[in-house]
Amino acid sequence: MKLLNYTTTYFSAILLVLISIWAVVFYYAMFDEIYDSIDDGLDNRKMVLIARASKDPNLMQKPQLDEYLYTIEKVDFKNYRGFKDTYNDTLMYMINEEDYEPVRTLESIFRMNNEYYKIKVVTSMVEEDDQIENLLFYTILLYSLLVISILLLNNFFLRKTWKPFYHLMAQLKTFRLEKNQSITYTPTKIDEFTLLNNSIEKLLQKTQKSYEGQKQFIENASHELQTPLAIAINKLEILFEENELTENQAEQLQQALENLERLKRLNRSLLLISKIENDQFQPNENVDINAVIEKIIFNFSELASHKNMAMHFSAMEKVSKNMNPDLAYTLFSNLIKNAISHGNSGTDIIMELDAKKFSISNFSENSSLENEAVFKRFQKYNGNKNSTGLGLSISKSIAEKYGFRLHYFYKNNQHFFILKFL
Amino acid sequence: MKILIVEDEPQMLENMAQTLEAEAHIVESAVSFKEARQRIGVYQYDCILLDIGLPDGSGLELLKIIKNKGLEDGVIIVSAKDSLDDKLNGLNLGADDYLPKPFHMAELRARVKAVLRRRNFEGHTELQFGNVVINTSNRMIFIGKKEVELNRKEYDVLLYLTSNKDRLVNKTALAEHVWGDNIDQADSFDFIYSQIKNLRKKLESHKADIEIKAVYGIGYKLQNK
Repeated sequence: MKLLNYTTTYFSAILLVLISIWAVVFYYAMFDEIYDSIDDGLDNRKMVLIARASKDPNLMQKPQLDEYLYTIEKVDFKNYRGFKDTYNDTLMYMINEEDYEPVRTLESIFRMNNEYYKIKVVTSMVEEDDQIENLLFYTILLYSLLVISILLLNNFFLRKTWKPFYHLMAQLKTFRLEKNQSITYTPTKIDEFTLLNNSIEKLLQKTQKSYEGQKQFIENASHELQTPLAIAINKLEILFEENELTENQAEQLQQALENLERLKRLNRSLLLISKIENDQFQPNENVDINAVIEKIIFNFSELASHKNMAMHFSAMEKVSKNMNPDLAYTLFSNLIKNAISHGNSGTDIIMELDAKKFSISNFSENSSLENEAVFKRFQKYNGNKNSTGLGLSISKSIAEKYGFRLHYFYKNNQHFFILKFL
Repeated sequence: MKILIVEDEPQMLENMAQTLEAEAHIVESAVSFKEARQRIGVYQYDCILLDIGLPDGSGLELLKIIKNKGLEDGVIIVSAKDSLDDKLNGLNLGADDYLPKPFHMAELRARVKAVLRRRNFEGHTELQFGNVVINTSNRMIFIGKKEVELNRKEYDVLLYLTSNKDRLVNKTALAEHVWGDNIDQADSFDFIYSQIKNLRKKLESHKADIEIKAVYGIGYKLQNK
C-alpha cells in the first residue's frame, strides 16, 4: 500500500469518528438552544396573555385550544400548591401536515382577584426526526468533502512533495553496482528527503569504493601471484630436464607441476574476470562470429574426437559483432569447451548460429543444473578437478559486457546454453 | 648467439638464463632500466628479452631506444601484466614477439629460436634435426629430401618439439602452444596422444632417424634414434 493511500485511509477513519462525535455534540447543543429560545417565547406569550386577561374577563374562561393555541381555566389552589411552571413536549394533530407533530407546552398557575387559574400555552416544535435526517445528510456531505479534499491534496500537493523520494527510488530500483552508475538527487526543501538523499549518497559512495577496492584487490593479487608461480613452474621444468629422475620422483614432481598449472589457470581466469569487470578490454573491432566459432571447433577437434564426440555447427547467417576479438574467442571457447567436457562420450554437440542467437547443446545423463547457479563463480559439477569453475562465469561476464544474454536450460537429457544477441 | 635478458626478478632471470645457456647461447643480464640502457649502448645482441615492468622504468622505453638507434637486435617483450595494451604497444614499437608470464621454458626456447632464425636468415629459414628438415617460411617438411604432408597441428607439434629437441616437453606446454591457452581446462591432455601417434607413423614410414619418445607419461622428447 502506498504511503499516500495509507495516510488517507487513516485520515478518513479518524475523520469518521470525529465528525460523528461532532454531529452528536452539535445536535444536542443546537436543540438546547432551540428549547431555550422556544421556552422564552412561551414564557413571554404567557405573560402577555395574563396581562391581557386582567383587562378582559372574557378571556379567563377558555378551555379550548383553538387557533390561538392557549387555554385558561380556573383551578382549585389546593390541588396546585407548590406548582412550578412546567414545560412539556407532546404531540398535536396538524392539519397541514395531516399528522401528529411535536409541540411544546407551558403550564403555569396565576392568581387574579383571589382566584387561581391555570394557563397552558402551546407552540409548534422543531420536527426532531427531520432535523436528525438533515443533520445526517449534511454531516455525510461534510465528511465526503473532507475526504475528497484530502485525496486531491495528496494527489496534487503531496505527490509533488514526494517527488524527490520517488525519483530516488526509481533509480535505486535499476541501480547495479558493477555498472558504475551514478545517481542524480533532486534538490528538496524537506529535511527528511535531504537526509535520505545524503545518506544514500554516502552509502553508495562507500559501497562503490569498497567494490572498486575489491576488484582492484583481486587484480593486484593475481598480478602478484604471476611471478612466483612462473618461477616455481619453471624451476620444476628445469629440474625435469636436468636430472635423471626415478619414475616415482618424476610422478611426484609432475603432480606438483600439475597443481601449479592449475593455480596458474585459476589465477589467469581471475585476472581475466577482473579485467573484464574493470573494463580493460577497450579496443573493439568487427568480429566475424562464424569464423571465431569455426576456429574454436578446429582447435578443439582433437579434444572432441578423443571423447568420440562430433561437433555439428550450422550457421543460418553471417554474424559479426563489434567486440574485442580475444573476448569473443574466450566467450565461445568456454561454451564449447564446457559442452565437450560435460557431454557424454560418443554423443553429439549441436551448435546453431543466426542473427539473433547462438545455441549449443550437449547430451549428458546429469540432470538439469540450477538455472542461474551454473554461472556462479567456482560452481563445479562432477568434481572435475581440471576445471577452475570460472569458465561459464567468464562467458557470462563477457556476454553482459556486450549486452548479450546468456542463459541455460535443460530438456530431454540435453543441456542448452543460449546466447542472445540483443 | 648472444642474448640479453632484462628482468628485475632474480629467480625468474636465473631460470631463463639457465635454460638459454643450456642451448649454448651466451646470456647476459640486466636487472634495471639503467643497467639495460648501458648494455644496449655498448654491446650488440642477437635477441633481447625485455621485461616491461622494471622498477626504474618501462621496458617499452628501452624498446624505443633500441629502435631509434636502428639496432638489429631481435626483441621479445616479456610481461607479467598479460595486458593487451602492452602487447599491442610492444608489437607496434617493433618488438618481434610478446611472451606473457607465466610461460613454459619450452615456450621460451621456441620463441627465442624463432626470433633468431628470422633475424639471421632473413626470412628464409630452415630447421634441421637428423634427416628431418623443416622450412618455416613455407611450412614444409622434408624427410630425407622427400616432402611429407602434415596437417597444421602435426606441423606445429613437430616444429615445437624440434625447437626443443633432446628436451622433455611437458604435455601442458605442448597443448598450450599448439591448441592455444584456452585448451587449458580440458579434462586432460590425453587427446594429444592421438596426434603424436599420427606423427610417429609419418616419421616411421618416411624412415626418419629421429623419434618422439614418451617420458614418464609426463611429456615427450624428440631425439635421435
